[in-house]
Amino acid sequence: MSHQSRERRRAVGLALPLLLFIVVTFVAPLAAMLVRSIHDPAVVDALPETISALEGWDGQGLPPEEAFAAMARELVDARADRSLGKVASALNRVQGGLRSVVSRSARSLEGVSEGPWREAMAGVHEAWSDPTTWHAVLAAGQRFTLRHYLGALDMRRLPDGSLARQPEDRRIYLPLLWRTLAVSASIAVICLVLGYPLAHLIAISPPGRANLLLALVLVPFWTSLLVRTTAWIVLLQRQGVVNDLLAAIGLVGEDGRLALIYNMTGTVVAMTHVLLPFMVLPLYSVMHGIPPQYMRAASSLGARPAQAFARVYWPLTLPGVGAGTLLVFILAIGYYITPALVGGSSGQLISNMVAYHMQTSLNWGLAAALGGIMLAGVLALYVLYDRLVGVERLGLG
Amino acid sequence: MGPSAFARLLRPGQLGRAAYVAYCVAVLIFLFAPILVIVPLSFNAEPYFTFTEGMLRLDPEAYSLRWYREIVENEVWRRSLVNSLIIGVSATVLATALGTLAALGLASPAMPARRFVTGLLISPMITPVIISATGMFFFYSRIGLGQTYLGLILAHATLGIPFVVITVTAALAGYDRNLNRAAASLGASPFAVVRRVQLPLIAPGVISGALFAFATSFDEVVVVLFMAGVEQRTIPRQMWAGIREQISPAILAVATFLVVFAVLLLAVVAWLRKRGGG
Repeated sequence: MSHQSRERRRAVGLALPLLLFIVVTFVAPLAAMLVRSIHDPAVVDALPETISALEGWDGQGLPPEEAFAAMARELVDARADRSLGKVASALNRVQGGLRSVVSRSARSLEGVSEGPWREAMAGVHEAWSDPTTWHAVLAAGQRFTLRHYLGALDMRRLPDGSLARQPEDRRIYLPLLWRTLAVSASIAVICLVLGYPLAHLIAISPPGRANLLLALVLVPFWTSLLVRTTAWIVLLQRQGVVNDLLAAIGLVGEDGRLALIYNMTGTVVAMTHVLLPFMVLPLYSVMHGIPPQYMRAASSLGARPAQAFARVYWPLTLPGVGAGTLLVFILAIGYYITPALVGGSSGQLISNMVAYHMQTSLNWGLAAALGGIMLAGVLALYVLYDRLVGVERLGLG
Repeated sequence: MGPSAFARLLRPGQLGRAAYVAYCVAVLIFLFAPILVIVPLSFNAEPYFTFTEGMLRLDPEAYSLRWYREIVENEVWRRSLVNSLIIGVSATVLATALGTLAALGLASPAMPARRFVTGLLISPMITPVIISATGMFFFYSRIGLGQTYLGLILAHATLGIPFVVITVTAALAGYDRNLNRAAASLGASPFAVVRRVQLPLIAPGVISGALFAFATSFDEVVVVLFMAGVEQRTIPRQMWAGIREQISPAILAVATFLVVFAVLLLAVVAWLRKRGGG
C-alpha cells in the first residue's frame, strides 16, 4: 500500500466516527422532519377503505354508495378506538368545520346498522351531501402530499385542482417570512453600525487596553442567552430600569412610560445585543491584520481622512464586513428564544410559528414544512458564507 | 491611542476623536448593561425588578441574600443543576472525543471531500435550533429516545461538535506536520504519533473546544423544551419557565451565578489561548 493511500485511510478513519454520529443524530432528524412535511398518513390510516373507495370516484357529483358505507363504518370504529380526534383534526386542517361534522356524525352513526348509507349520513349532517366535503376527505387522505408546503406559502388548492393564493386577510406565513427577513437584515445593519467603530477602536488600541475592551465584548457573548434576555426584560419593562430613569429625569411622565418590550422593539433590541459580538469579532480579526502604515501612507500621499478611509481602510475591511453581516443575518433568521420571551404578539418571527405548530396547534406537518422552507434558505446562505468566508473561520472570539 | 481614521473622518482634531470614543463607550455600555443591572438587582431585599431608593442610597438594609437562599434551598433548582451537569458533561465528553479525532483527520492533506465534510460537521451550529429540535423530536421519539437523558446528551453533543471541530482545526493550523514524520521515523505507531506528539501540542485548543461545547449545552433550552420530560428539566428550562410564568428575583440570582460562570469560562479560554491553542 502506498504512503498516500495509507495516509488517506488514516484521515478518513479519524473523521468517520464523527461523520456517522452526525448522520444519526443530526442528518437523520432533519430528514425525518422533511419526510414529515410531505408524508401525512393520519387520515388514510384511519379511513383506508373510505379513501380507496373515493379513489375510484370520478369526482363528479357525490361519491358512490360504497364510500358512504366505508366512511360510516370507519368513523364509528375510529371513535371506538379513540383515534377519531386525530382524524378530525387532520380533516379540519384541510377544510375548516370538518372537525365538528366528523365528531357529530361518528356519535350519531353509532346506532345506525344498515344503509342506504348515503341517506343515513345526509340525515346525520348535511355536509355529507356536499361534494366539497368529499373532495376535502380525499385530499386529506393522500399519504404523500404537498399541502403542508402550500399552507406554509399561504396557498390553497381549489376544487378544480388549480392553485390559488389565500385571500389577503388570511395570509399568515409569507408576511411573517418577509418580516423575519426584514428584521434580520435590519439587525445585521444595526450591528454593523454599532460594531464597526467599536471593532476599529479595539484594533488600534495598545495591547493591554485592547484585551480589556475585548473582554467587555466577550463576557456578554459568553453569558447565557436566557440571562441576557431576562436582563432586557428587567431593563425595558414598564416599571423597569430604563423607564424609571426616563421618569426620574422627567423625559416621560408616570403615565407615559414607554412600551419598550413585549413588542418588536423588544425583539430588535435584545437580538441586536445578543448578535453584536458576532459582528465585532470577525471585524476585529480583519482590522487587527491591517498595518497602520497603510493609512499613514495614504495621508502622506495627500488623501484627506475621509478619502483615506473610503479608498483604503474600508475596502480592506470588506471581508470582515461581509463575514459579520452574513453571520448575523443567518443567525437572526432562526432566532426563537428571544422573540418568544420579549417579542409579545407583534415581535414574533417565523421560528415562533414553527414552535407554535409543534407545541400548541399540534399541526406537525405544517411545522415541518415551515422548517423545511427555513432550512433551505439557511443552507443556501450557509453555502454562500462558505464560498465567501469559509466555514472553518466562523468567529468564536 | 494610535492614529484614528474614524476620529479624523468625523472632524479634524480632538472634538471628533472625543465623539468617536464616546460612541464606542455607548456601544460598550449597551453590551454590558444587562450584566450591570442583573448582578446588583439580584441582591434586592424587595421582590422588585428595579432599584429601590434604599439601593440607590447604598443602604445596606436594602440589600439581602434572600433570593440566593431561596434558590439554594429550592429542590427544583438543585435538581435542574444536577440535570444540567449530567447532560452537559456527557455531551461535552462525546463532542470533544469525536470532534478532536475528526479535526485530526480533516487536517490531513490526504482527506477526501474535506470542504464538504467540514461544512457538514459545522452545520449544526448554523442551522436554526428550532429546526434541529423539530427534527430531533420526530426522529428521537421514533427510536425510543424521546424524554430520555441519552437523547438529550446526543442532541447536545451534536450542537457542541462544531465548536470542537473549529477550535481544534485552528489549533492544528499552527501544527508542524514534520513532527509526525519525525515521530514515525523514530518508530512511533500512527496511534502513538497522535497520542504522544499531536494531542499534547493541541491540548489548549481541545480544552477550549470542550469549554465551548459545555457552555453550549449548559445554555441550551430549545431542544430541552421539545424533548425533555419533567424529569430532565435543566437550569435554562427552569429559567424559561420562570420567565414565562412569573419572574421572581430568584431568577436574577441564578442569572448572576451564570454570569460568574461565564466570566470563569472566558478566563480559562483566554489563558489557554495565551498558551497557544484555540
